[in-house]
Amino acid sequence: MSNEDSPNERRDFLRKSLTLIPVVTLAGASLASPLSAQESSAKHDANKPAAPASHYEPSYFTAEEWTFLHAAVARLIPTDERGPGAIEAGVPEYIDRQMGTSYANGSLWYMQGPFNANAAPEFGYQLKLSPKEVYRLGIAAADNWCHQQHGKLFAQLDAATQDAALKQFESGKVAFEQLPAKTFFTQLLQNTKEGFFCDPMHGGNKNMVGWKLINFPGARADFMDWVERDERYPFPPVSIRGERA
Amino acid sequence: MATSMKKADAVIVGFGWAGAIMAKELTEAGLNVVALERGPMQDTYPEGSYPQVIDELTYNIRRKLFQDISKETVTIRHGVNDVALPNRQLGAFLPGNGVGGAGVHWSGVHFRVDPVELRMRSHYEERYGKKFIPEGMTIQDFGVTYEELEPYFDFAEKVFGTSGTAWTINGKNVGEGKGGNPFAPDRSTDFPLVAQKNTISAQLFQKAATEVGYHPYNLPSANTSGPYTNPYGAQMGPCNFCGFCSGYVCYMYSKASPNLNILPALKQEPKFELRTNAYVLRVNLDSDKRRATGVTYVDAQGQEIEQPADLVILSAFQFHNVRLMLLSGIGKPYDPKTGEGVVGKNFAYQNMATIKAYFDKDAHHTNPFIGAGGNGVAVDDFNADNFDHGPHGFVGGSPFWVNQAGTRPIAGINNPPGTPEWGSQWKAAAADYYTHQLSMDAHGAHQSYRDNYLDLDPTYKDAYGQPLLRMTFDWKENDLRMTQFMVEKMKKIAEAMNPKALKVSVKGAGSHFNTASYQTTHLNGGAIMGTDPKTSAVNKYLQSWDVPNVFVPGASAFPQGLGYNPTGLVAALTYWSARAIREQYLKNPGPLVQA
Repeated sequence: MSNEDSPNERRDFLRKSLTLIPVVTLAGASLASPLSAQESSAKHDANKPAAPASHYEPSYFTAEEWTFLHAAVARLIPTDERGPGAIEAGVPEYIDRQMGTSYANGSLWYMQGPFNANAAPEFGYQLKLSPKEVYRLGIAAADNWCHQQHGKLFAQLDAATQDAALKQFESGKVAFEQLPAKTFFTQLLQNTKEGFFCDPMHGGNKNMVGWKLINFPGARADFMDWVERDERYPFPPVSIRGERA
Repeated sequence: MATSMKKADAVIVGFGWAGAIMAKELTEAGLNVVALERGPMQDTYPEGSYPQVIDELTYNIRRKLFQDISKETVTIRHGVNDVALPNRQLGAFLPGNGVGGAGVHWSGVHFRVDPVELRMRSHYEERYGKKFIPEGMTIQDFGVTYEELEPYFDFAEKVFGTSGTAWTINGKNVGEGKGGNPFAPDRSTDFPLVAQKNTISAQLFQKAATEVGYHPYNLPSANTSGPYTNPYGAQMGPCNFCGFCSGYVCYMYSKASPNLNILPALKQEPKFELRTNAYVLRVNLDSDKRRATGVTYVDAQGQEIEQPADLVILSAFQFHNVRLMLLSGIGKPYDPKTGEGVVGKNFAYQNMATIKAYFDKDAHHTNPFIGAGGNGVAVDDFNADNFDHGPHGFVGGSPFWVNQAGTRPIAGINNPPGTPEWGSQWKAAAADYYTHQLSMDAHGAHQSYRDNYLDLDPTYKDAYGQPLLRMTFDWKENDLRMTQFMVEKMKKIAEAMNPKALKVSVKGAGSHFNTASYQTTHLNGGAIMGTDPKTSAVNKYLQSWDVPNVFVPGASAFPQGLGYNPTGLVAALTYWSARAIREQYLKNPGPLVQA
């Protein structure tokens, strides 16, 4: 367990117990033995209706931000003919849960001034904004820009127009008032990929959909017999908490 | 006022490889040793226990084992007239934190040194003439030879449990056709362990390098190819190529670390004490600044503590050693305008280029989640001075290698050129290419220059109110010419693999140092060793010329960067320095070399 996650450990554990129920029911998958503690905890809540994974309630994001986030990550890693995307992976939940860690407050970074927001890109991040603040300002600015351009919020646009808007943010051609659009986009894309490929205990990569897409074995971490073999690795991924895909 | 502790015979600042080696050697010599480590205690259990360590987000992405730069970072500028900015997020380099230092999260590539690189200036002047070395390049000789260091390389490999293939042992060829390196210097004994298995990527590199006429060899790796017990009684198990190596604690007890290979023996030693969460502010000097009286540190509760000692070992990470010398007034600070002074001089790095090769899904399964940090296949045909530099007009060489340390998906998804960074095309390429690609590096040496140096920043402070270290650093014409030459030579290997696509990452003309893009954590110099107190901060035994009861082991002593990874030379130099302390200094404390 990472230090930054430990304050949420109990809450995450309980949430995990709830979200696992529909997975078991729908897929009929047998759970690995490390999950037995969670199974018994789940039974404790058996009188309550099972909440699907998408019913996660955000702790940090407002309803408007939450709507934007869902719409944006669904374009960054779409659900398509190659399989599940960011939504099925639970990326919005992952990002919201990250907002409760020291990362989100900028506490992992050197944040003493003076700040020089106009520094050349070779000097890396030089803003005084934390990841939380980048989202608060960036989502509002992105929705505002979409409204000015198209008369609608981002989430109300069709997919092609959404993609075009994201490309504008990515390229930095759009000027947001309080932060560079590119800074906002870069953080959103980075967090989206984290949520798609992280261990499921962090709230993303549900059912290990990200790992299955690319054939990454997750926490197996023992390849002694596979080092010299030029062939597809045949075993599906496992997670730290023992789930099997 | 500071609380004063009981005087120690020796105080060690920083408990990575250099600190652990010194602690072991000095307690063996009968000294009472106190080691101060600014980070927390950490070890295979619990920080490296399976399965919780198999967590890319926590370890590599959120930087669990790396220096806490919220408290102290460095500032960086490209030129002497620029205003430096703080390195706010870890990027180009990843120093360690806590017990074991960077020796916990390193990969384990465990080289010796090419003998030419120990006498860089003399060798180039002899072979190519003085004019061949460009104006402003300040390369120097180390002042110590490979022959002097050989026993210490040999012992360090036995402590680390290093796997590899020898070329010659006492002049007798044992490695031809078996994966030995024909350019390697002679050895007194074989590697403690045979080389590890080679991944598919390494096998492809080996075959292609042979086809284009180069001489591939097995990388020497401080990841075990089998069970091993080192001279200190520390036990290691065989590496299983778990792929969570660089950036992680090894859960398999297979990657050498100070924690695994030295600390268990020190824990049995009543003369040794390790204090964690002890952030050293300065070395205390007597009034004429010729003698250290101990160090002052801040403990976990924020209290200032004074630790008196007869002998002070600065064995923190490269740039922390330099900063502590500057903060303490040990040696004359370097001035790039006059070229005078020594502390901060000759700050050098690594000069990397990378090529990624992508294969059709039916061609090869490289499975890059399989990996070991020190493992791979390399060629030295263009390393050091193994080829004639005369027609090419640059100084320095580069090994090339496939070193598949384990590629995890958050940071490691890498698609063929032209693929968008997101959307369905990105997703399809990730699915199609993640297990069908390999990466190779030209791990170039980096030279030192008059205006690449370290000093104290005038503006930015650490959490304790002390000035941050300032790096003045940029790539020079020599560096860019060298890396472009190297990448062309390495490309021949990549092309011989018949890939579907190649992605070449190399610095172009006019490139500036990018602090945000990871290169290596192989930072060198700033407290360099040498034969003359006017041009070096420490003598050939790593003893301060100015304050003789201070010794400064680490890559801070390198007058320029090597083609090879630095840890092997750091370890050998530390054993060499410790031997001089034990056999000469303790009998007659004072300068070991008369200026």
